[in-house]
Amino acid sequence: MNAIKFLFAAYIATWVIHGAYLGSLVRRFGRLRQQMKEASGFPRSASGFPPEN
Amino acid sequence: MNSLWSVILATMVKDIRLEWRSKDALNSMLFFSLLVVVIFMFSFDPLAEESRHIVGGLVWVGFLFASVTALNQTWARELRNQVLDAYRVSPAPANALFLAKALGNFIFVGVLEALMTPLFVIFYNVRVLGPAWQLLPIAILGTWALVVNGTFFAAMSLRTRSREIMLPLLLFPISIPAVVSMVAGTTAILTGEESAHFYIVLLLTYDVVFTTACLALFGMILHAE
Amino acid sequence: MKRIFPILSIFTVILLAYALYEALVVAPTDAQQGDVYRIIYYHVPSAWTAFLLFFINFIASIQYLANLKLSTKTAVKWIVIAIGVGGVIACFLPQVQRLLPTGMRPSAVATTVLLIPIFYFLIGRFFPGERLDMLALTSAEVGVVFCTIVLVTGPIWARPVWGIWWAPGDIRLTSTLVLWLIYVSYLVLRRFSSSAQTQMLAAALAVFGALDVPLVYFSIWFFRTQHPQPVIGGGGSMDPRMLHVLLISWMAFLCFAFLVCWSRFRLEVLQREIEEGHAMESLGSHAPAKASLPLSRSS
Repeated sequence: MNAIKFLFAAYIATWVIHGAYLGSLVRRFGRLRQQMKEASGFPRSASGFPPEN
Repeated sequence: MNSLWSVILATMVKDIRLEWRSKDALNSMLFFSLLVVVIFMFSFDPLAEESRHIVGGLVWVGFLFASVTALNQTWARELRNQVLDAYRVSPAPANALFLAKALGNFIFVGVLEALMTPLFVIFYNVRVLGPAWQLLPIAILGTWALVVNGTFFAAMSLRTRSREIMLPLLLFPISIPAVVSMVAGTTAILTGEESAHFYIVLLLTYDVVFTTACLALFGMILHAE
Repeated sequence: MKRIFPILSIFTVILLAYALYEALVVAPTDAQQGDVYRIIYYHVPSAWTAFLLFFINFIASIQYLANLKLSTKTAVKWIVIAIGVGGVIACFLPQVQRLLPTGMRPSAVATTVLLIPIFYFLIGRFFPGERLDMLALTSAEVGVVFCTIVLVTGPIWARPVWGIWWAPGDIRLTSTLVLWLIYVSYLVLRRFSSSAQTQMLAAALAVFGALDVPLVYFSIWFFRTQHPQPVIGGGGSMDPRMLHVLLISWMAFLCFAFLVCWSRFRLEVLQREIEEGHAMESLGSHAPAKASLPLSRSS
């Protein structure tokens, strides 16, 4: 039946939207983890610059 | 109370005088308003049978766009010469500044509306079938609804990127009940098909609620960095 | 704390699958609309969830503004208590009961009014200081997601049933659209504002939005009485079996929304920690970047 198409369209649209949002959250988490790794990976000296070597 | 009104009056007079001397902003806004009316005239056939039903909407959409251009430069002048900082440290209450700005904008937008209305009447051959005097409270309350929130949001947008687009972005959603009332009320009066009484009451409620909210919160907004 | 999240996730997935099964298989077919009406089991729970989240944002925003000064903090606390007590008493007064729309039980209204102080004090207790603003941001963002789903599934439902995608006088869908617009503008303000007081500006906007919602409702309601329009989503009472499935579906989506909010909240906590770490580094402090800040907790 034609009307059932709309039912499935609605259900699929719902999960596409949720999926897109969750995907953006995962991406943002990944970027933050990257930043945290960079921040802790470079030991800073008192002057604020990375040690020479 | 006397000093509050004297501060408001003084600030308003200063704004109006400055605006009158430069006339730049005023002239470009007037021309913009005229253009809006002309574009509408070409887009929506004035001779159509239904035109009486849509003129109310067109008029207020036109006023909305014109008022946004006026509101956008509300605080611009104050920013330029650090006048805003001077206001912050002055003993004048923040509310006085807000009311002065809002009233000044009200007069300004009122002038724009007064100039646009005859154009609409001419282009759209507007004849009022209902009680015409009711158009006045709708015009006053509706304009105040746009101006009071517009002045507040213009101050809010001061420290944002893309300041000019931020104002309509914040203003339009909040203004929807006011716009619905203005348009429906104007259409009701023009067509004479129904009473605009409810819409006038709703506009009055909207104005009271949001004027109170703006006065309550403006102090915080003014002192935002 | 860390172990609860995966367990809750699995539970939520199972609950969502169960709700889907109930919605598609168990629930009876509607006499007028056929099987298409089953969109309701996604549309309505999303709406209720979105409204709940926006309500949380409103309470958090008011509390944030009130907490800025001690005098307002105490005043608002007493006002909230007064609203709770006064609202409950008022619901049982005959004068007020006459004003209620038909079908609305006073106890239901009383419970809703009680939610205001309950939420106010719970939120104040569990989200002190900075976390209050983070809650506001989280609930606004996730609320917009659920609200988007309402606005997408609504027209998809309307088209086969009424033949039109949208009816401007449909009070529920139009009010939801305005609510969506207000909160999208809230999120835009948050993103574009470069002020140190962004949080306060956003809270003020949220309060404005909340004041606006009843006015939106009334303006469209009156417009609708003058210009009768089809009501998308149907009105009137519901078959108890359908109501049962609707509630199951809502529970499932509430759990899901809770998990999403929790994730978003953790993301925000992490983000602010990193920003504070950067700020402290650029100030030349000797503290390591991952200093333990008041924001971080064991989760």
